[in-house]
Amino acid sequence: MDAFFTYGFLQRALLAGVFIAVACALLGVFLILRRDSMIGHGLAHITFAGVALGLFLKIIPLGVALVVAVVAALGIMKLKEKAGLYGDTAIAIFSSVGLAVGIVLATLAQSFNVDLFSYLFGDILAIETSEVWLSVALAAVVVFVVILHYHRFMYMTFDREAAKASGIKVGHLDVLLTILTAVTVVLGMKVVGILLVSALVVIPAAAGLQLASNFKKAIILSSLIAVGSVLLGLFLAYYLDFPASGTIVILSFLFFILFFLLKKVRRSP
Amino acid sequence: MVSSAADSKPLINVNNVSFNYGPIQVLKDVTFAIHPGDFLAIIGPNGSGKTTLVKIILGLLKPLSGVARILDKPVDEFKDWSRIGYVPQKATHIDPLFPASIKEVVAMELLASQKFLGMNKKEEEIAIDRALEHVGMENFKNRRIGSLSGGQQQRVFIARAIVNQPHILFLDEPTTGVDTETQDRFYDMLNSLNKKENITIVMVTHDIGIVNKHVNKVACLNQKLVYHGTHEEFCQSQAFKEMLAGGHHLISHRH
Repeated sequence: MDAFFTYGFLQRALLAGVFIAVACALLGVFLILRRDSMIGHGLAHITFAGVALGLFLKIIPLGVALVVAVVAALGIMKLKEKAGLYGDTAIAIFSSVGLAVGIVLATLAQSFNVDLFSYLFGDILAIETSEVWLSVALAAVVVFVVILHYHRFMYMTFDREAAKASGIKVGHLDVLLTILTAVTVVLGMKVVGILLVSALVVIPAAAGLQLASNFKKAIILSSLIAVGSVLLGLFLAYYLDFPASGTIVILSFLFFILFFLLKKVRRSP
Repeated sequence: MVSSAADSKPLINVNNVSFNYGPIQVLKDVTFAIHPGDFLAIIGPNGSGKTTLVKIILGLLKPLSGVARILDKPVDEFKDWSRIGYVPQKATHIDPLFPASIKEVVAMELLASQKFLGMNKKEEEIAIDRALEHVGMENFKNRRIGSLSGGQQQRVFIARAIVNQPHILFLDEPTTGVDTETQDRFYDMLNSLNKKENITIVMVTHDIGIVNKHVNKVACLNQKLVYHGTHEEFCQSQAFKEMLAGGHHLISHRH
């Protein structure tokens, strides 16, 4: 345990990890209840194109990925609205194209190397100080905005028609929620990598929703599960030399199973 | 047409409103007013434009032509939505697994217009309790919305709609899926809100049976406004006779 108080890299990983975990869990609850949990998966693939573009242009990949993910997220939203596509089709189109563009750009940039793999599989223990502060600041903004609009987001998720009639600008808040999701996915990439980021958004929230008797509890429980998975995951990764990203996601899945079983036990007479 | 029209300033004015879904005309030149104290039933067969009309009044749909005004303001300029309560058609919009307590469902409407972190907790509690007491659901505050029966859920949605003490309450087919006995108690509750709390009530329904017992005004819609007036006059009207006889005129204009 001493190592977590001694080594800067572990402290940086913990700090960024905890903030990002909370942002992921908060957004995850809303996305699941909006039947939009695949958006994280789709945006992660698009983030890959953003990272590859950053590596190709030799500009901060995290920054480029942020811009690309936000633009693509809004694109998915518009495509869904305007093109009359069924369900997840817009996400499927954007995510495949994102991956395709990413492969081409990464090859052109000759960057199929350690750098790219750290984005694909996550490398929170190697997070740099500047990235920590950017991640913490952005995650804090995401959490703040969700708290600010908590009741409005909840209302439009539960009953969109009544929310509209009560004067809530649901269209504007859809855009806001989409932007927050894109930012969160890019941040989550630093913790568990592009390939697993949707798990960090969806699984802790899905676990929290198993036992929550009200919305506040769902939000708190999901955040605790996400933070617990990240803390425990980093601990195991450091001491047992496991890969942090995979360990964090497997732990969150174990939490999900645990909460699912607890729900079953509770319901049985 | 309505005797009390001259007595008080209307809360809602609908002027020459028409609406199309693609090539199908749903509403044609509908004009009428809703006055304070009205308990109005908007009746008509399926597809007659009842829900569409309410959605136009609430600004959820834009009319093809004409204008709806709330408290003398065109609906797209109206801002004070806490004065208006709305209970949408139930079956189409509720996720039974949604993790919200009754208290949270009512708080959604109360706190939707609040700037940051809601309002004073005590005021919030009082407002929620009062709304739930009006609908007889005060003992269910911490239950999950999905664990209630259809009738109980409707009561909670009414509590949500009246928590800001609105001038006017719109309900769209509120008794769908609710058994007859519960329906009677439900209408008694609406009557009490109308009379004791002075909330004007507008209810969309295809059940003309309720017109006899509970409401004081009727608007009969079938693309056009076929009738608008008091309940007593309605029962003498040609429109009512046609409805009772299952008249084909009121089934649909589009057949």
